Amino acid sequence: MSIALDRPLALRRSFAASGVAVPTAALFLLLALIAAVHPSLFAGDPLAADPLHVLEAPSAAHWFGTDQLGRDVFDRVVHGARHSLLIGAGATSIAVTAGLLLGLLAGLAHKYADEALSRFFDALSAFPLLLLALLFVAVAGPGTAGLVIAIGIATMPTYARVVRTQTFVVRQAAYVTHAVAFGDSRLRLVLRHVLPNVLGPVPVLAVIGLGEAILAAAGLSFLGMGPQPPSPEWGAMLSEGRGYLSVAWWTTVLPGVVVTLTVISLTVAGRRLQRRFEGRLG
Amino acid sequence: MLRRLATGLVVLWAAATAAYLALLAAPGTTVDAIVGEGADTPLIRAQIISEWHLDRPAVVQYLDYLWRAGQGDLGRSYLLQRPVSEVIGSQLRPTLTLAAVAGLLGVVLALILAITTRRPWARRVSSTAELVLVSTPSFLIGIVLLSIFSFRLGWFPVSGGQGVAALVLPAVTLALPVAALLTQVLRDGLDRALDEPFVVTARARGLGERAVLVRHAVRHALLPVITLTGWLFGVLLGGAVIIETVFGRPGLGQVTLQAVTSEDLPVVLAVVVFSAFVYVAINTLADLACLVIDPRLRRS
Repeated sequence: MSIALDRPLALRRSFAASGVAVPTAALFLLLALIAAVHPSLFAGDPLAADPLHVLEAPSAAHWFGTDQLGRDVFDRVVHGARHSLLIGAGATSIAVTAGLLLGLLAGLAHKYADEALSRFFDALSAFPLLLLALLFVAVAGPGTAGLVIAIGIATMPTYARVVRTQTFVVRQAAYVTHAVAFGDSRLRLVLRHVLPNVLGPVPVLAVIGLGEAILAAAGLSFLGMGPQPPSPEWGAMLSEGRGYLSVAWWTTVLPGVVVTLTVISLTVAGRRLQRRFEGRLG
Repeated sequence: MLRRLATGLVVLWAAATAAYLALLAAPGTTVDAIVGEGADTPLIRAQIISEWHLDRPAVVQYLDYLWRAGQGDLGRSYLLQRPVSEVIGSQLRPTLTLAAVAGLLGVVLALILAITTRRPWARRVSSTAELVLVSTPSFLIGIVLLSIFSFRLGWFPVSGGQGVAALVLPAVTLALPVAALLTQVLRDGLDRALDEPFVVTARARGLGERAVLVRHAVRHALLPVITLTGWLFGVLLGGAVIIETVFGRPGLGQVTLQAVTSEDLPVVLAVVVFSAFVYVAINTLADLACLVIDPRLRRS
């Protein structure tokens, strides 16, 4: 199948391609980023309990209502952005760094070493993400650090495979042959010529991967494997609010909607970048 | 073909070894873990060491673990003092039922959606819904369904694993994100297939658009879905752990979570290795199925 036939398909992909989606996603991501860096700009104390206003429905005073301790759910969601985005970003950076190194190694290495590394990637992706992460938590105990490492390692093979394939392509390129002919050292060859040209698709993958990492982290901390209460992590908030579902849906559903909006925004932005990137190559 | 099988075995071995290394990396000794909260005297410790053969060299223990894992024996639970295969086996049924029903529902939904939403506006609505469903945490979908259909309308039980009624909401929850992703894959496949020359031929023979889709294009679009079966299984199994918690269903999820919180590593290890085994088995079968379905692949 030629690229010329593939092109219209990508353009036909409706919502993400429409004019409204990308700016909205960008705005939302900006807000989330500000919330993560400086939460008190938008919201008050996430831990301030108010026994007189327990489980109140959303109102002008409490946009997302209050929870079982009278804490403002909106304040908690805003402060939770720091936890959730940091976990996602941490996990993704581990995955990207490890994937880049191992992928480069596999792409440049001898046939047998490449084969061994590739089977290692296969073995890692044979585990369902959530179960692999649970195994890490079982070994290291629950908490933020374990969560970050677990999701990072579990999502590493995706990046490693892409980098490995890219490395194969770059290795054949004329400029690499030239550099070898000019007698560049191995290290200089890899750092100056191979690495920059291998990086191409990685940032785009990482944006979409960040969304997946945030989803996985929310799932794990929903199961009680992440930051422990009272810290306002999104998944943990959903888990805490679950017991009050029949009387106060807002304590679970509204934080959940924020998680969803974050992941959608990342996906929309990622797909947009992907199209740009592919466009430049084609 | 033989190469495929060999690769599968290597991947399995690597998976089992990686899991075993995790066991070794755990803080504290194995004896500590077995003693747990129970009585702790030097005599009991000595007994545990001889009973679990912990006095042998690490390499021997590892080889022994591999040998027994190869025969389906994944060790004993620290906590329950029963063979792990028994612990898992007894809880496998509800989880497999849930995963199978959800998987089937997801595939059928995806097929229907991909075929019926060919018009531009329908495609727009559907792909927006797909984006939302793929980006929503599965437990949120479960919680929303639970609060509408169980708490408000009272149509389905709030929790429990008894009967067909209790299976409906968990299965739908698990199926929706799967259906959303598969619809995207199928739609891309259909778009691709409809650009092929054989579609022009079929249309030239006077076949209606629906017949072209259902009889010719879908078969091509299904191939990428088959290669996704292994991934699908992983998503269903991982998702089941969360969904079982949301709906209070018994199953593998409950066993795994309990084992994680009580640091019963052999059970966690066994669940992980078991899921890797099924993943590799399914992937190998899927590759073979593709060869059967698409003769073009046999040539290379």
